Amino acid sequence: MRNIATMAQRELGAFFMSPIAYAVSAIFLFATGLAFGLGTFQNGAEASIRSLIEFWMMLILAFVLPMLTMRLMSEEFRSGTIEPLMTAPISEVEVVCGKFFGALVFYLILLALLLAYPIILSRFGTLDGLLLVCNFVGLLLLGALYISVGLFFSACTKHQIIAVLLSFVLLALMTFASQGLAQIIEGWPRAVLQHLSVRTHFFDFVRGMIDVNHVVFFITMTALFLFLTVKRVEMRRWQ
Amino acid sequence: MIHVKNLTKRFGRILAVDNISFEVERGGVVGFLGPNGAGKTTTLRILTCYQPATSGSASIAGFDVFGDSMEVRRRVGYLPESVPLYPEMRVREYLHFRGKLRGLPFAERNDAIRRVVERCWLGEFIDRPIGQLSKGMKQRLGLADAIMHNPEVLVLDEPTIGLDPAQIRETRNLIKELGEDHTILLSSHILHEVEQTCPRTIIIAAGRIVASGSPQELRDQLSAKARVIAEMRGPTDEVEKNARLLDGVRNIEVASSDGWVRLAIEPKPDHDIREDVFRLSASKGWSLRELKREGASLEDFFIQVTARQQDTQAR
Repeated sequence: MRNIATMAQRELGAFFMSPIAYAVSAIFLFATGLAFGLGTFQNGAEASIRSLIEFWMMLILAFVLPMLTMRLMSEEFRSGTIEPLMTAPISEVEVVCGKFFGALVFYLILLALLLAYPIILSRFGTLDGLLLVCNFVGLLLLGALYISVGLFFSACTKHQIIAVLLSFVLLALMTFASQGLAQIIEGWPRAVLQHLSVRTHFFDFVRGMIDVNHVVFFITMTALFLFLTVKRVEMRRWQ
Repeated sequence: MIHVKNLTKRFGRILAVDNISFEVERGGVVGFLGPNGAGKTTTLRILTCYQPATSGSASIAGFDVFGDSMEVRRRVGYLPESVPLYPEMRVREYLHFRGKLRGLPFAERNDAIRRVVERCWLGEFIDRPIGQLSKGMKQRLGLADAIMHNPEVLVLDEPTIGLDPAQIRETRNLIKELGEDHTILLSSHILHEVEQTCPRTIIIAAGRIVASGSPQELRDQLSAKARVIAEMRGPTDEVEKNARLLDGVRNIEVASSDGWVRLAIEPKPDHDIREDVFRLSASKGWSLRELKREGASLEDFFIQVTARQQDTQAR
């Protein structure tokens, strides 16, 4: 546990020292601001961040989070810092979890900045506190899954750009395409695709419901990708 | 302290380390000498638990590097070859991070950092980002990191590579000092360096140990095998016939020019035949203009070993 905290703290510090993290935060704020400004903040529109959360956030996060996570493992491999790291008394599981939580905390900071929009809207209507909590719990779980996928691909390659592209493709498939694909496929693959559709699982959070089923889906999928990342990092030792 | 038995490491079809065994006693500095690509780094990586061996076993302080990896890592300080560091961190931050990984509590960590910063002359650079440090300073930081938890065993991979001459001398002195209370295994491809810092040397080439001992022992082993060169003036056949009769001669190569006969005599092990050659020339009245032992320096031996490895690799 202590090693996980140490690792997470180092990664969080590295985010604040990295120009990429600032650029990514700027893109994130700009994109969400654009979606909010053009989609919601207009005369006569509903005072709700629903359209932002319902569609745009998923797209923005699928693009932005892989850019945050791309260097997490690949940079260790490229620069060779994995060697002093894995010869210190810390296990692969602790390294991977530490990096995951470091990125998750940075993501939480980005989410906190997003609270500005409901605060602005509260001037035009009553704030539905519970709905907002559901939305943010959903965003937290969604982000955790996206980070674990990004972390996995970061462990697969030394090239950060490749890590970003692969993560983006898989996340886009899981989030947007699986539902569409399910409609053209028959039989059990359809059920699988439907079950894997991140968008479907996320939708209840958008509507203000927390269903244990969906929470379990996000947590197990995140754990699965973290597990794959650990295996991938362990594989490096045998090559 | 370090036990290595029948260690083998393959990377696919390439055999990097081929069945090596050696032991290092507690205390003292052992040099691991070999040309580039001889398997030094691979062996050190196995010992520091970075990579598992294909077969064979290795243990440090009684703990197996594979089975008790965490215990080994707590007891070993490792300086990897290229000293990879996080460029965005500051020196102090980095040392704190490494200290935390080693489980040093805050107060102890502060003391340890103060100690290693002084020992490795990092004082003025402590608040600099690592990315701004020169190669030599990074090397010192890597060394500071390796010794901060006071490990029983220090494993240093090419500790002076890329340093300027003054820094090389400083680092060597530091290693000697550290050798007083740590067991050190250091690798190098520079003979001179190992001769200066290490009371004991293990020479490795093409994944195998080819010789081991103190520089003096190695030199003795070599000189016992070295050829003797003699040049004397006399009838070629006569000279060769008489020389072959000498005790302790295994083989002779003969060449002659301008009436001088050049003998390259390969002696049997542990025979010094130089005196006999002199007596022969004196008794026959053949004047002697050269008498010497060939290739008795470690340097020559090391070059031979290196050349042999390159041959096998070329094939």
